Amino acid sequence: MLEIKQLSVKVRDREILHGVNLNIKAGETHVLFGPNGSGKTTLLMTIMGLPKYRVTKGSIKFKGKDIVGLPIDERARLGIGASLQRPPAVRGVKTREILTACSREQMGRESIGRMAEKANLTDLMDREINYGFSGGEIKRSELLQLMAQGPDLALLDEPESGVDLVSIALIGQLINELLEKEHPIRNRRRAGLIITHTGHILDYVNARTGYVLFDGRIICEGDPREILETIKSKGYEECRKCAR
Amino acid sequence: MRKIESSKSSEDKARAALSKPSPLGEDIDLNNYIRSADELPYQDDPLQLPVETKKQMIQAGIILDNSNQRSGTIIQMDHSIIHSLSKQEGIEVMGTNQALEKYDWLSNYLWKAVAVDSDKYTAHVELNQSNGYFIRALPGSKTLYPVQACLYLARSNLAQNVHNIIIAEEGSELHIITGCTTAPREEPGLHLGVSEFYIKRGAKISFTMIHNWTPEIAVRPRTGIIVEEGGVFLSNYVIMKPVHSLQMYPLARCVGDNATVRFNSILVAPPGSTMDLGSQVFLNARGARTEIISRAITTGGNIVARGYIEGNAPEVKGHLECRGLVLREEGTIHAIPELKGTLSNIDLSHEAAIGKIAEEEVEYLMMRGLARDEATAAIVRGFLRVDIEGLPPQLSLELQRAVKASEEDFM
Repeated sequence: MLEIKQLSVKVRDREILHGVNLNIKAGETHVLFGPNGSGKTTLLMTIMGLPKYRVTKGSIKFKGKDIVGLPIDERARLGIGASLQRPPAVRGVKTREILTACSREQMGRESIGRMAEKANLTDLMDREINYGFSGGEIKRSELLQLMAQGPDLALLDEPESGVDLVSIALIGQLINELLEKEHPIRNRRRAGLIITHTGHILDYVNARTGYVLFDGRIICEGDPREILETIKSKGYEECRKCAR
Repeated sequence: MRKIESSKSSEDKARAALSKPSPLGEDIDLNNYIRSADELPYQDDPLQLPVETKKQMIQAGIILDNSNQRSGTIIQMDHSIIHSLSKQEGIEVMGTNQALEKYDWLSNYLWKAVAVDSDKYTAHVELNQSNGYFIRALPGSKTLYPVQACLYLARSNLAQNVHNIIIAEEGSELHIITGCTTAPREEPGLHLGVSEFYIKRGAKISFTMIHNWTPEIAVRPRTGIIVEEGGVFLSNYVIMKPVHSLQMYPLARCVGDNATVRFNSILVAPPGSTMDLGSQVFLNARGARTEIISRAITTGGNIVARGYIEGNAPEVKGHLECRGLVLREEGTIHAIPELKGTLSNIDLSHEAAIGKIAEEEVEYLMMRGLARDEATAAIVRGFLRVDIEGLPPQLSLELQRAVKASEEDFM
């Protein structure tokens, strides 16, 4: 579904990603680890197509189509969706309106209401999006928007950061629904790429492959739990050895 | 015209102020405008007005074909009241001249909320007054539907000088929609409108004014509001069409305990428009409250967005919010929020922000599948949305409709 080859990305004049390769098939969830500033968000935002992130080399193919050069909204309509770590507040635009606008299947008020209930966001439906939301509310509202959007590839930027333990369980549940985890593996179509700094989300969401992004390069690929254990016990300093 | 003795001193004061310029706004030469206009025939059925005229009125929020959604209607065209009708008992709607003839006491309400010698425009209205509307809710009466008042400028180069008096007697509730508009053409014209509002104890007025001018019209409304104990005044003002020059700075005084005043303004200045607009509130009694909110957009015109709150009594509270969006760089927005406190236990605050549409917000909505122009439109719509507390839902809906209709013009 997503095929990234030799991707290099510049922000302003600085190259952040250097020749990244990544492959995600339909139905798979992958996890991206890495210390702060390693380029995780850059990778996600480049896939989403934000103009600030300039592809200087390599390719990104989605469903077989080269999407480098496509504007954000076209990528969204092709089936890519992202939840942001710190989304902006859009004054005067209500949560409900965004949900209605982004729902691919033109969901009615009722089904949007049901989803909001599931995400425990009913009270925020008529509030201005992200304005005065708590950390957990922002994360859940991002996931709720993705659920309405129903993307084939969901890019989740630290969906659990700054969230208390009770909320993480709910967030895990929402992600599992978003990524069709309740379906048998062979029936899952949706793919996910999750950035996690702490790895907490892995207690709730299963993933097939993990990567460590370090200084703009993927230096390690393997079982996500194993990677997480290594990071937990030895820290990212251990990764520095591999990076050499 | 008026046979009232007390107006003698008003006339004298007005004469003395005839060349007194307004401290704000471009000085307008009143000699450039015609003073007299033909008397226009009364219309029993305003639906018979020409289609073009009705269209202009609709754009100013005045509806004639479904008037069962109105408690009353008054239309002044040039200097003539061409229609006036109250459909609800306890609600009076008529021309100011007629009202002054009917009620001796009404002269006591003239020039009490607005000083006759404020500037040459108020002076001009006193000396050349051509009607205006009188709307009054008797004690305890509440409008089921809003009363609509239309001031229409038909004749080219005319100066329309109206004096409006609005009274909500004790415990009453009055909702008013005022549409000020002009024949759809390019000739100049001048609209001078004095409006004096009196909100008695425990009464409430919501006043929704839509301006629908054309590019050569100059407009100088002069408005004063006096709110007694527990009274509420809500003002919603919308201007989204071009105007040559518009300056107004309505002033509300809370004179009774716990009086409340709220001003919401939505301003859009297309190229060629100059607007100097704001609201002033004096909190002169214990526990009085106010909120002044304005949203200004320039697509090439110039806007000065003012606001002034003065706290002169204990436990008063006021907040001023001015937000501006520069959609095209030829335009300017100058926000001037001012607060003045004269006591220690008061709470006044303001926030002002001017900018362009944040690219980050556009991109955020694009990530959800909205095209760039859809995302921009959603943000502008959101910016212009002011949720108005205390407005009847139907009126709120109509206001939203008016804003929406005009949005399409400038986006």
